[in-house]
Amino acid sequence: MRTIRIGSGAGYSGDRIEPAIELAESGNLDYLVFECLAERTIALAQQDRLKDPQGGFDPLLADRMKAVLSICRKNGVKIITNMGAANPVAAAQATRDIARALGLPGLKVAAVTGDDVLEQARASDVALDEGGSVKALGNRVISANAYTGAAPIAEALAGGADVVITGRAADPALFLGPLVHEFGWAMDDWDLLGKGTMVGHLLECAGQITGGYFADPGVKDVQGLARLGFPIGEVREDGGLVVTKVAGSGGQITRATVIEQLLYEIHDPTRYYQPDVVADFSQVRVEEVGPDRIHVTGGSGTPKTGLLKTSVGYLDSYIGEGEISYAGANAVARGRLALEIVRERLTLTGVKMTESRFDLIGVNALHGDALAEGRDPYEVRIRVAGRTDSLAEAVKIGNEVETLYTNGPAGGGGAWKSAREIVGVASALLPETVVTSSVTFMEA
Amino acid sequence: MKLREIAHSRSGDKGDTSNISVIAFDVGDFGFLAEHVTADHVAQHFGDTITGTVTRYELPALGALNFVLTGALGGGVVRSLALDTHGKSFSSALLEFELPAKGASSGSP
Repeated sequence: MRTIRIGSGAGYSGDRIEPAIELAESGNLDYLVFECLAERTIALAQQDRLKDPQGGFDPLLADRMKAVLSICRKNGVKIITNMGAANPVAAAQATRDIARALGLPGLKVAAVTGDDVLEQARASDVALDEGGSVKALGNRVISANAYTGAAPIAEALAGGADVVITGRAADPALFLGPLVHEFGWAMDDWDLLGKGTMVGHLLECAGQITGGYFADPGVKDVQGLARLGFPIGEVREDGGLVVTKVAGSGGQITRATVIEQLLYEIHDPTRYYQPDVVADFSQVRVEEVGPDRIHVTGGSGTPKTGLLKTSVGYLDSYIGEGEISYAGANAVARGRLALEIVRERLTLTGVKMTESRFDLIGVNALHGDALAEGRDPYEVRIRVAGRTDSLAEAVKIGNEVETLYTNGPAGGGGAWKSAREIVGVASALLPETVVTSSVTFMEA
Repeated sequence: MKLREIAHSRSGDKGDTSNISVIAFDVGDFGFLAEHVTADHVAQHFGDTITGTVTRYELPALGALNFVLTGALGGGVVRSLALDTHGKSFSSALLEFELPAKGASSGSP
């Protein structure tokens, strides 16, 4: 039975570069996938594109392509990525230009478009999961991108693409696309589409299945995290999967790392909603078949809903923040006094906040006071954060923390402040008929 | 006994919802976990940190529970005022959950 080897070269936009080089060189891969889009990324990218019509794609695209294009060409590895973000065509052009500069004539790059549904979302005035509607957000809306599926990626590969660049494709679809193309899986074979979705789900966060986001010294030890290897999925034509990595790379793949990742960002395990299928992970079995080789079976699926999750980006608010640290005896008491001073100052000076937080980092910033159980640390850092309607108001929050230097409790050090605009993301469900995908080819 | 002595955990985010898996080191402990770590327990453990509901899903073959907490991320990861906007550290918080000593119930040998 045929097997395809897919490597996962990035788990998020800013991820390490060298593990992908290692995969391209030594992974004996057929495909190398870079998953680089988070919920908000595409809305921010849309703002970049408004400023620069040739911008709006992933800022690390050039670095990643320069690192792997020549190796992938030499080893016959095709690349699939959502680094196109808000502008897949410009990203494909940039990749083509890099291929030319590297001396890779004939390299074929495909851009998949159609996920930008801003006009359709405005026209349909769709309701948002968080309440309200696109219409109610009015001109604060800056983007609407539907999560698209595997079919246009498979189409690009069938057209001979060496590199496929998408926008807001669903993360697992980046992996399902090549499986559909290679094995000719039917787009209504829900069982196989569910299995392929499980492959994508397990691999898409790269190092999170090879021992990253897992280590806990003395409890769950992992060796070699500074040179963590990224995963390879060996996928059989029947959807069977072995997860492995390049021999000698850092990290580990065990039953435990695989199960943690299987449930990562999953709600009901019988209903993992994707554009092409509703995947079911509830009957998955995980078995070690060798060192760093885990056999995963039992994924399945049921028919797709015909609705696509759509991320709507909008100008939300501003956040101002400030921090300063205290140490030694009574550090927590001085930190609490500092928080009370800032709270009173923000009231006295009339800073308009719609929401605020006053945290003691080291005590209660992550989970509140109850879980801290009164354990006092040697050092503590206060943090004040507030939401405002303008940048000018947000700036005042950090300033009131900074002035503790000369006006606050004894020994405050290391003040830091920031104020920034917040692009919010709301979710909606749109009928899949609003998306018309198309594939644009170009050659180096 | 703390939950961390018999299980490991990972948390993930989608919008304002967090999910926290609880996975037994020994799959034989699943029954004990299922008996002693309920959705209500998790809701009480997190207290005011979450404003929504807790739902539990069971994966006995993997020795795992999956908890889904709504209203958990300060209005959503992209606009939250929290230090840990993703709730990545929630797994560590849940592992501090106090369990009865094993053998004190019928759930485990």
